[in-house]
Amino acid sequence: MRKLADAILPPVTLLVMLAAIYMVFVYVPTDKVQGIVQRIFYFHVPLAIMTFVAFGTVAVASALFLWRGTRASDRVAHAAAEVGMVFCTLVLITGPIWARPVWGTWWTWDARLTTTLILWLIYAAYLMLRSFSGAADQGARYAAVLGVVGAVDIPIINRSVYWWRTIHPAVLITREGGSGLADPRMQATLGVCFLAFFLLFVWLTWVRNENMRLSDEVETLRQQALGHA
Amino acid sequence: MPGTVIETRELGRRFAGVTALHALDLTVGAGEAVAVFGPNGAGKSTLLRLLATLLRPSAGALRLFERAVNDGGAAARRRVGFLSHQSFLYPDLTPTENLDFYARMFGVARPGERVRGLIERVGLTGWAHRPVRTLSRGLEQRCALARALVHEPDLLLLDEPFTGLDVDASAMLAAMLRETHAGGTTLLMTTHDMARGFEVCRRAIVLTRGRLVWDGTIAGMPDDFERRYHELTQPPTDPTLSTQHSALRTSR
Amino acid sequence: MLALLRKDLQIEFRTKETLAALLLLGLLTLVVLSFAFDPTSELRGEAAPGALWVAVIFAGVLGLNRSFLAERENDCLQGLLLCPVDRGTIYLAKTAGNFLFMMMAQLVIVPIFIFFFNLPVSLGLGGVFLSLALGLLGFAAIGTLFAAISVRTRAREVMLPLLLLPLAVPIFIAGVKVTGHMLAGKPFAEVKPWLNLMAGFDVIFLVVGWLVFEYAVEE
Repeated sequence: MRKLADAILPPVTLLVMLAAIYMVFVYVPTDKVQGIVQRIFYFHVPLAIMTFVAFGTVAVASALFLWRGTRASDRVAHAAAEVGMVFCTLVLITGPIWARPVWGTWWTWDARLTTTLILWLIYAAYLMLRSFSGAADQGARYAAVLGVVGAVDIPIINRSVYWWRTIHPAVLITREGGSGLADPRMQATLGVCFLAFFLLFVWLTWVRNENMRLSDEVETLRQQALGHA
Repeated sequence: MPGTVIETRELGRRFAGVTALHALDLTVGAGEAVAVFGPNGAGKSTLLRLLATLLRPSAGALRLFERAVNDGGAAARRRVGFLSHQSFLYPDLTPTENLDFYARMFGVARPGERVRGLIERVGLTGWAHRPVRTLSRGLEQRCALARALVHEPDLLLLDEPFTGLDVDASAMLAAMLRETHAGGTTLLMTTHDMARGFEVCRRAIVLTRGRLVWDGTIAGMPDDFERRYHELTQPPTDPTLSTQHSALRTSR
Repeated sequence: MLALLRKDLQIEFRTKETLAALLLLGLLTLVVLSFAFDPTSELRGEAAPGALWVAVIFAGVLGLNRSFLAERENDCLQGLLLCPVDRGTIYLAKTAGNFLFMMMAQLVIVPIFIFFFNLPVSLGLGGVFLSLALGLLGFAAIGTLFAAISVRTRAREVMLPLLLLPLAVPIFIAGVKVTGHMLAGKPFAEVKPWLNLMAGFDVIFLVVGWLVFEYAVEE
């Protein structure tokens, strides 16, 4: 099973990603309203979706870890968190790059963007918690607690920020990223990009997970050897 | 009180890849007094914490008072007392307040009476109303013993209780432990002080690198025992192994 | 559980360390924020609820940290874990204690806040305390859970705010909104959805904390 994944994931991911890049830069027509910048959208949206999927993975793996205590769940949570953090950072970078030419501001405090920012802070806290804990398995447990609590909190955060923005009579910008995709070529490109980033997430998480698993094995062997020497 | 107090079967505990305790089988009957010897890192404290239900086992089974320890172990804790080199006493409260608190937490029937009795028994009457942080180490340890006994446990676990005590305090503690044991309480004590161990206990087990390597009664064989102990706990001295050993230790 | 609460209150009344810290830090923050806003500007009124909540939250983080610092001395937390009580019960007692301490500090901080910001003492005062109570209950719920965790990590003063502030965002937003409304004497019905949000948050995280606390304290 493991060898199969190792063999298939990298090339498939590479192929789909190449296809996606081609489609974004060559195939899809330029948006009439927003111009060339709009192409970022094809990266930005899948990245955003995947970072939340990543956190969902962290949450489920964390809950499993707390319940069952298997190292495997913890490794998956950790790996997904690292990848999710990278994706989140990219979302927060591509967002403003897109927003500036289109809306005229770098940042708005709308629900989605703000929730993503807070998610980024939670990811950072998660990873810091792991490095600052005294013992590795304590760190794993604490991080798992954060994973679960964070997951419960994210929807509440989203809701509260949304209300904060709509009740407040300020500049209201609804970011309907999906609207205006009349052209089927655009839809196709978006679809391929979704697939590409999904595969990227799976592959990177897989690699990181394998990384950790091997590291754990080495450590166990080392301890065994020391114990017997 | 009849029966088996502690029964472990292949009890094991790992910490992030390091196995602190391997497949330990141990049975302790009611009324016994057992000393646990072993070098540092042998797993003595881990064993004690597992028995006190402060840790959950990674492998194997633990039965206390002939019942499996499940659902967090609250029922077992009611009958177990634990004395460590840390006193578990709140430094800003007085001995009376500390003991009163623990008495209530353990559901002792008449806390006020019990606390007064205990304070007298451990000889803390003069200091009962001073904050614990003003007490000397010996007095603090006496108060900690009172805390461990406040709910009249059937099993008393002691983790290096003589650490940091001067000769008098140490002798007093040993006397109190013998007294407690005479009253029917089962004792399990880890200690580096072999003399005290023999004084208080009749049976001893030796742990090395997480494994039980010796289990037997020790009444009346102190000199012989020390020699055996050193044999049991020495690591093997194969020269090739030791260079590999140090290489492994430094690699990371 | 009552015994636990009583013990925490006993320690506090003897040393008064936590209350003092809460009060001083809260007041200090208010003073600094007063400097941040021009005393003559009308914006002051609008910024006021935010300032109050910033002060309350910053002071609260410190207070929460201390609640478990006491358990570190002499390893008292182990002593607690040896008692035949549910870990969840320990959590509820600790949360209740923290909540009470924070509310007690508010009894002094709120009047001083009104004084500093020159706010009209309208009938909204009861509402302000209600919003603080609901908000601080939720804050104590997640705060107690994560304080138990942070106290055992290496960067303990840094860890708690890092963990707590992002998660407490809904409380903060809701709290500022409701407090602002109450101070302006506006009708209750307008802020009902926010109050529901806070109440929901409180209930959800008290339950989650109660379920999960054992993982935060055991080894």
